[in-house]
Amino acid sequence: MVGRALNTLKVVIIGAGPAGVRAAQTLVAAGVRPTVIDEGRRAGGQIYRRQPDNFTRSPETLYGTEASRAQGIHDTFDGLVDQIDYLPETLVWNISDGRVFAVSEKRETTIEYDALIICSGATDRLMPVKGWDMAGVYSLGGSQVALKSQAVSIGQRVIFMGTGPLLYLVASQYLKAGAGVVAVLDTSSFIKRVVAAPKLMSAPDALINGLKFTLALKAAGVPVLTGIRPLEITGDADSGVSGLIFETGAGERHEIKGDAVAMGYHLRPETQLADLTRCEFAFDEKSHLWYPKVDEDGRATTANVYLAGDGARILGARAAEVSGKLTALACLKDAGVSVSDNEIMALRQDMAGWKRFAAGLREAFPWPAEQAAKLPDETVVCRCEAITAGELRRTVNAMGAKEANRAKAFSRVGMGRCQGRYCALAGAEIIAAAAGIPVSEAGRLRGQAPVKPLPICIEDDEAAAAISTVRELTK
Amino acid sequence: MSQSVNNQSDVIIIGGGLMGASAAFFLRQRNRSVTLLETGLIGQQASGVNFGNVRRQGRPLFQLPLAGRASPIWRNMNALLGEDVEYIQSGHMRVCYRERAELADSFETYAREARQYGLDLEILSGNALRQKFPFLGPDVYAGSYSATDGHANPRLAAPAFGRAAARLGGNICENTEVVRAEKDGVDFRVTAKDGRVFKAPVLLVTAGAWANALSEQFGEPVPLTPRGPNMSVTEPVPYTLMPTVGVSTPLEIETVYFRQIPRGNIIIGGSTRAASYPDIRRAYVKPENTLTQLREIRRLVPALGRLNIIRTWSGIEGYMPDSLPAMGPSGTTSGLYYAFGFSGSGFQVGPAVGDVMAELIDEGATTTPIEMYDIRRLKPVVV
Repeated sequence: MVGRALNTLKVVIIGAGPAGVRAAQTLVAAGVRPTVIDEGRRAGGQIYRRQPDNFTRSPETLYGTEASRAQGIHDTFDGLVDQIDYLPETLVWNISDGRVFAVSEKRETTIEYDALIICSGATDRLMPVKGWDMAGVYSLGGSQVALKSQAVSIGQRVIFMGTGPLLYLVASQYLKAGAGVVAVLDTSSFIKRVVAAPKLMSAPDALINGLKFTLALKAAGVPVLTGIRPLEITGDADSGVSGLIFETGAGERHEIKGDAVAMGYHLRPETQLADLTRCEFAFDEKSHLWYPKVDEDGRATTANVYLAGDGARILGARAAEVSGKLTALACLKDAGVSVSDNEIMALRQDMAGWKRFAAGLREAFPWPAEQAAKLPDETVVCRCEAITAGELRRTVNAMGAKEANRAKAFSRVGMGRCQGRYCALAGAEIIAAAAGIPVSEAGRLRGQAPVKPLPICIEDDEAAAAISTVRELTK
Repeated sequence: MSQSVNNQSDVIIIGGGLMGASAAFFLRQRNRSVTLLETGLIGQQASGVNFGNVRRQGRPLFQLPLAGRASPIWRNMNALLGEDVEYIQSGHMRVCYRERAELADSFETYAREARQYGLDLEILSGNALRQKFPFLGPDVYAGSYSATDGHANPRLAAPAFGRAAARLGGNICENTEVVRAEKDGVDFRVTAKDGRVFKAPVLLVTAGAWANALSEQFGEPVPLTPRGPNMSVTEPVPYTLMPTVGVSTPLEIETVYFRQIPRGNIIIGGSTRAASYPDIRRAYVKPENTLTQLREIRRLVPALGRLNIIRTWSGIEGYMPDSLPAMGPSGTTSGLYYAFGFSGSGFQVGPAVGDVMAELIDEGATTTPIEMYDIRRLKPVVV
């Protein structure tokens, strides 16, 4: 990569959320014309997802306190469009030998790169609960997308359950939009928030926003309970959710009625693309997450691969902007461009602040790993393949599978459409609990292409040419 | 003889794939004490990631006795092992395309000759073909149908043999990488990476793509090439495609085959096999091979174009120049046996290989002809 003329340097950025947009902006400013590939129809990513063209809600309505940041990202990207190669609604489904394999409108596009910046973002982190496979159960992120993109609510009486900042944000967005919010049930205890407060103070405005959401919910008469444990989402296969049974911190059982549940336990990084580039991963004890290894500026262990945003570390949208920029500078530096060390130092310092804030969030809203051991055997763990906790435990106990990929091979947990994105973390906790080993030893599911379902009817000129060449040669 | 508690046994098997695990099982049935040493986990490599074809037709005629010996084992496997390995006698269809119509004649010849080995094949073309298999594309010219072939779940078969062998008292050592094997007087002495030493008068090498490192230690290097198959699986759809179907063609890029399992997913294999990496125990699917495979599966069954694939995988298979395994006694060392290098077509014969090797070791001879697999036929690649 070193010594290449900047206007011929091929940099591919995957993802047009806050990290991808800032990375593109930084590269364009240096004279590079990057290719930006994004699954979304319009840039902005998940958090700053834009509504369809014919919708007219104001940025304030859509993004609340983050309206100006959202607009900043959108305007920046719109200003870059002529200086980048932009491929929207395009899914990168595999990466191999310095080439990105992408599909759009059932057509293959294969793009070579000198450097690859992956800004793949995050999705909801989920812990199964009995009944979560019924109609009417959504992830918090999915519930937010329904509202933000399509202006629809997932139900008329929605129960919000789980933990993390998104729990309060989405509940308050639903409230503001006029949807029925039955209750907010947080598995974390209030005292954890108090203990984490000093770290959360490293981003006082974010902390204040969080408190405002809680106050608004309480002011509207929405019960907000902390320290609960969900026991079962009630309902039936035909009519879907009818309510939720939970246990309070004091051990009392309660049932509340509702027609939809929005649940989630903060976020998990989307790392399959990094995995396909054969990056090394490391287990983070504090969050119980496997992260691709990166250096301070976002370099992965695979040469010429860079990771930015929540896909590299769950640090939030504002940190994603910083890391997008930092990672692009690292990429430029590796290409032999002189970049300002002061700028890099300043960005690293910003990142340190966000890391401290994220640590506070992690402590205030911890992943409820302990729930895994208590899940009743009949609880579905892998929703794609409809495999229960009992079946997964049986592969551990009767078949000796004490590692996630082995348990997947025997039980099919993680083999379905989502490739374990929604069940693998909980699955590993269940395996670890059943085997009596630390969850780090249960390992992580290796990423396998395609990252998302790939149409068999995909058209590819290269494949067609390869086959006809061989046929001609043998005639 | 009973299973000894220490590291001395009647037989040491190196390599816990389907061949090694089934050999351990059948040796225990013959009351021979067995130690099976596996670098990783049982059935994790080629045995666990292959297509799952339980197919006799298309194999060389001289291999049909071995394949025929495997058939009843597959049919009775659940009872034999006490676990469901998802074997289904779905039928197997081997087809050729219009532009290679001459292959239809070879199907006829093969069917005639296979009959004497107890394999009944029905040759289909024209309307009969279309009526029976209406989903096949217009390029398909003729087919050879075997009603008694089928498929099974490769992720389950070898581990089930391993567990059954352990229940019979076999000493199954997973996560045990062998670094050295030598003959020390009467006994073979096998040293693991962690320093453990295992001894037995008989050594069976069933180490697949890794076997050359061992056969070399006994002066018998083999030209074994590690390659990886291309596997894909679709989302589940209603179970309607009963037989396994495979295309017969001389062009590797054109090969494609599929099977549907009762839960609905369709497993697809074929196209150019990529390199694989035994040293790091990894094989990667090359996306360009997935793309050619999907193109060819559309040619075979156009309606599959409406589905999505949800996962791809590969694995490490050991290929011989003549696509035949090394199977039988060593040419240099008494008490040493081999069964490896099945060149991407070992799954169906696997349980019979275990059975034959157990017979050979136990009785000194086997009723199944295996002399064509003698390791001495192979000359190492000169690098």
